[in-house]
Amino acid sequence: MSLLLQLALLFGKLSLLAVGGANATVSEITRQVVTLRHWVTPEQFAQLYAISNAAPGPNVLISTIIGAQMAGIPGAVVATLAMVVPSCALAVVVSMGFERHRDASWRRVVQAALLPITAGLVLAAAIIVARQSDTGWLTVAITLVVAAATFRTKIHPLYLLGGGAALGLLFL
Amino acid sequence: MRASTASPLSHSALFTGFFQVGILGFGGVLPMARRMIVDERRWLSQTEFNELFSLCQSLPGANVTNLTAVLGMRHQGVTGAAAALAGLLAAPMVIIILLSDLYGRYGTLPPVRHGLAGLAAAAAGLLLGTAGKIALPVWKAWRNIGVSALVLALILALHLSLPLTMLLVLPLSLALAWRVTS
Repeated sequence: MSLLLQLALLFGKLSLLAVGGANATVSEITRQVVTLRHWVTPEQFAQLYAISNAAPGPNVLISTIIGAQMAGIPGAVVATLAMVVPSCALAVVVSMGFERHRDASWRRVVQAALLPITAGLVLAAAIIVARQSDTGWLTVAITLVVAAATFRTKIHPLYLLGGGAALGLLFL
Repeated sequence: MRASTASPLSHSALFTGFFQVGILGFGGVLPMARRMIVDERRWLSQTEFNELFSLCQSLPGANVTNLTAVLGMRHQGVTGAAAALAGLLAAPMVIIILLSDLYGRYGTLPPVRHGLAGLAAAAAGLLLGTAGKIALPVWKAWRNIGVSALVLALILALHLSLPLTMLLVLPLSLALAWRVTS
C-alpha cells in the first residue's frame, strides 16, 4: 500500500475518534507509527510531537509533521486533510441539525459521557510521551515542573517550551 | 444560532480572519479564535461563540478546527468552509513542513538534539498539566474516575487500539451518563 494511502487511512480513522481534540489520539498515533510500523523511534516521536506543539496552529499538526517526515509536502497535506476533514464534516452536519433543536438533551449526555474518556485518553497520551522523552533526572524534572506550571498557573506554553529547550541545550 | 453580521462573509474575509488565528495561535488556537471572532471582527457575540464552541467540543476532532468549518459553511457553504479551514491551516502547515525539513537535516547534531530533548520533556509536561486540568472537574464523581481508569488500563496495560478502546468504553460511559442526567 502506498505511503500516502497509509497516511490517509491512519489519520482519517483517528479523526472521528479524537474526542476532546487531537491529543486524545496521541496514544494511538504512537502505537501505529512507533510500535507497529517503526516509522520513527520513540525518541523521535517525542521530539516531533514537541515541535508540533511549539509551532503555532491547532494541535492536529501532529498529523502534519508525521506526514511531512514520512512523505514530504504531499504527506503533510494528505495527513492533515485526513485528520481534519471527517470531523469537520460531522461538525457541519450536526450543527445544521442543531439549529433546529438546540437544547437537545442528547448533547448533555454525550458530553458527560465523553469527558471522563477524554481525561483518560489525554492522561494516557501524557504518560506515553513522558516515557519517551524522560531519559534522565533533568528531563523528568522539566516534565514535572512544566506540568505543575500548566496545571496551576497561566504562564504561556511557549515560555515553558522555550525554557525546557534552553535547559536541555545548556545541561544535557 | 445565527451569525451577528447581517450579510454573509466573503471567502477572502473567512480566509484572512482564520489565517490570523492560525499564524498567531502559539500554544493553542482557542484564545486567538475567540479574540478574532468575538472581539475584533464581531462575527459572533460572546454567547453565540460559547454555544458554538460547546457544540464543537462535544463532537470528535479539534474544537477550533470544527468551529472554523462550521462558521465557514454558514456563510459560504462548502467552499466557505474550505476557505476558512485553508486560512486556519495554511501558515501552521508551511511552518511545520519547514521545521520537519530542518529536523531531518539537523536533528541529530548534538546541540540540536539536546535542545529537542528539553523541548520534548517540556511538551510532555504540557500534556500532563492539560490532562490534569481536564480531569480535575471531571473526577469529582467516582463513576468518572472509574471510566478514566478503565481507559488508562486498556491503553497502557493491555495496549488496545483506540477504536477498540472506544468500542468498549463508550457504551458504558454513555449508559452511566444517561442514568445520571435523566
